[in-house]
Amino acid sequence: MKLTAWGRYPQIKANGVTFETRAQLGRLLSSTDPVIPYGMGRSYGDSALNPKVILTNRFDKILGFDQKTGLLHVECGVTLADIIDIFLPRGWFLSVTPGTRFITVGGAISSDVHGKNHHKVGCFSRFVHYLELMLPSGDVLHCSPDENGDLFRATCGGMGLTGIILTAAIQLQPVRSGFIRETDIRCRNLEEAFHQFEANAASTYSVAWIDCLQRGGNIGRSILMLGEHADTGHLAPKFRTPLPMPITLPGLLLNRYSVAMFNRFYYRSYPNYVEDRLTPMEPFFYPLDRITAYGRMYGRHGFTQYQLALPKESSYEGLRTIMDRIAAEGIGSFLGVLKLLGPGNDNYLSFPLQGYTLALELKIEPRLFRVLDELDRIVLDHGGRLYLTKDVRMGRDMFIRGYPRWKEFESVREKYGLKSKLQSLQSERLGI
Amino acid sequence: MRLLILGGNSDIALATARVFAREERADVVLASRDMEVLEKRAADIRLRYRVRAESVYFDACDYESHPAFYAGVTPKPDGVVLAFGTYAEQSDVGDDFEKGRQLIDTNFTGAVSILGIVASDFERRGHGFIIGIGSVAGLRGRQSNYLYGASKAGLGVYLAGLRNRLSKCGVHVMTVLPGFVRTKMTEALDLPGALTASPEDVAADIYRGFCKRKNTIYSKWFWRIIMGMIRVTPEPIFKRLTM
Ligand SMILES: Cc1cc2nc3c(=O)[nH]c(=O)nc-3n(C[C@H](O)[C@H](O)[C@H](O)COP(=O)(O)OP(=O)(O)OC[C@H]3O[C@@H](n4cnc5c(N)ncnc54)[C@H](O)[C@@H]3O)c2cc1C
Ligand SMILES: NC(=O)c1ccc[n+]([C@@H]2O[C@H](COP(=O)([O-])OP(=O)(O)OC[C@H]3O[C@@H](n4cnc5c(N)ncnc54)[C@H](OP(=O)(O)O)[C@@H]3O)[C@@H](O)[C@H]2O)c1
Repeated sequence: MKLTAWGRYPQIKANGVTFETRAQLGRLLSSTDPVIPYGMGRSYGDSALNPKVILTNRFDKILGFDQKTGLLHVECGVTLADIIDIFLPRGWFLSVTPGTRFITVGGAISSDVHGKNHHKVGCFSRFVHYLELMLPSGDVLHCSPDENGDLFRATCGGMGLTGIILTAAIQLQPVRSGFIRETDIRCRNLEEAFHQFEANAASTYSVAWIDCLQRGGNIGRSILMLGEHADTGHLAPKFRTPLPMPITLPGLLLNRYSVAMFNRFYYRSYPNYVEDRLTPMEPFFYPLDRITAYGRMYGRHGFTQYQLALPKESSYEGLRTIMDRIAAEGIGSFLGVLKLLGPGNDNYLSFPLQGYTLALELKIEPRLFRVLDELDRIVLDHGGRLYLTKDVRMGRDMFIRGYPRWKEFESVREKYGLKSKLQSLQSERLGI
Repeated sequence: MRLLILGGNSDIALATARVFAREERADVVLASRDMEVLEKRAADIRLRYRVRAESVYFDACDYESHPAFYAGVTPKPDGVVLAFGTYAEQSDVGDDFEKGRQLIDTNFTGAVSILGIVASDFERRGHGFIIGIGSVAGLRGRQSNYLYGASKAGLGVYLAGLRNRLSKCGVHVMTVLPGFVRTKMTEALDLPGALTASPEDVAADIYRGFCKRKNTIYSKWFWRIIMGMIRVTPEPIFKRLTM
């Protein structure tokens, strides 16, 4: 089968196999070819790609739910969309959700995803009570911060390279409504955006959409969106089925002019200040879920996301420099997202660190990777790193310097005999 | 509503059971051979939708067991989904009669055996519906899978006949004709992405067809057009094609 992830780059020929019981998975793992698990393919790059992949979509059963405590036990192929559909009407929501609900629980743990509430609660893994991991040997280990802790810390954020997460027990949070009270604030530049992020650090949810083509005093022009769970409104607002993007548009349609026009329009479409608007969860958390495969608008060469995190001390300086470069190069980013991050955690390859993260969605074009190589240097100079789940091109050096705990990750891979059996195009590129 | 799903371990069956449990709050009885998987599925449906879901052993090829099997389903179902089936490429069957018979015994004879029992019960009660899963492969014989196609063609004619008979007593029969679907049945095949549906797509089509009391549905819808073109191609031309 042809296989690709969200960025539609690269596309490879792969052999995909599925399973519905542990015994079936054990048999699949006993073959000698290296494999990597593949969930919903919502990672952007090549972390879930390999000539042989284990598709987890059929391992998707709910195993238990405690209505009193909100502890949910599921198989790895259950999606966040399933969890919302089933449990939101019963008054429970995800403790951490990324910007799309069409990902699996296995994928959420492997990327240790973060949401708009990272500054308050941290990553997805914080709400994983335990997980069961099948090693290539077929052995299943129970992992939590206290039990097989090294394997737990390597698996959360470990990009599928430590085994197949079979099941996980995750903590949901109680909610009284399927609505969010949303506040939007227009920020004229980066300084104002930073100021507003800090001033609103007590908000449960915060994220800013940022116009990356602005220069000079307008650099960082953005709209900060804040949210709190509402007490009013009902529990089951209709989540709409995504509209398909039926054709791949010519990539040329997306250029610095069209992006600039869009950004101007989008920025102006927000009033200066909106307070406490009751918004259903779907458009608040998942604006991009409206269109399936929206990436087709980037043309047939596909796209990527460049997501970096910088420590707080150097964030302002670093982000200004980076956005300056981007504007100077005119590589239009349709989607730029800025977010304040809370402290990092103990997992070896988890992405967030205390500071700011910027995510830019970029069309693949010949000069792009050269520009990104330059940005890499700026990121490193400011003590930052790139998000593995979005990455499709960084080199080994960038990885090692961005993730100083990579050695601990390596030694777990060695200790449990994982190196020769679990590999992705990404792990080969990074030499891990 | 109480729904009996024959071949409850089919991937299309699971997706269909989930849709009916969600939309109709239907209780489901999953019937198939692999009891480990079947019970896992039933437990999942109970937790997801808070409906009753049971698993029962059923072998489509053990015809003698069918009367007792159906008698054991209590209370009687309001609807039956026939989903079991086996697939083989013609290149794997060849002219080996035993292999060919396996397809026919399951897809056709097994269906006739169990649906006969269901039909007379529904007719007597003047109540019920039957959803039978055929295949677009049963609409025209092609060298790549004509024995499978023949077993599904037989099923298609049988379902049409049942529909004709049972319409007189208010029992509806719907024939489902899927094209390519990504399930464990087709895992080893290299299916063309753009034409291939997910089991959830097919289940959604089935549920929509059920609500509208359709007689025959294609899934996805464009197979109606593709098969229309294949069916009108004159035999002298068709027989020279390699399909
Ligand atoms: C529109 C959009 C918005 C997004 N927003 C955010 C965001 O706000 N925050 C954020 O953190 N991320 C975000 N992401 C990224 C996304 O959440 C992650 O890439 C996530 O890991 C995708 O999950 P998946 O199930 O699709 O996994 P895949 O893309 O299929 O795989 C991702 C990784 O998980 C591994 N994996 C999958 N299943 C298992 C398993 N059972 N056991 C072990 N390893 C496994 C794979 O090997 C691979 O390394 C966004 C993505 C999109 C498309
Ligand atoms: N997938 C496609 O592309 C496609 C296309 C057109 C039509 N169809 C038809 O759609 C239906 C469902 O297919 P699917 O893709 O969902 O297949 P699937 O996942 O492979 O499931 C088929 C199921 O049939 C059951 N079965 C086989 N022989 C049986 C027997 N003798 N008794 C009881 N159960 C038996 C098996 O159950 P156990 O595991 O319990 O043995 C198996 O799980 C089939 O009729 C198929 O022919 C499929």
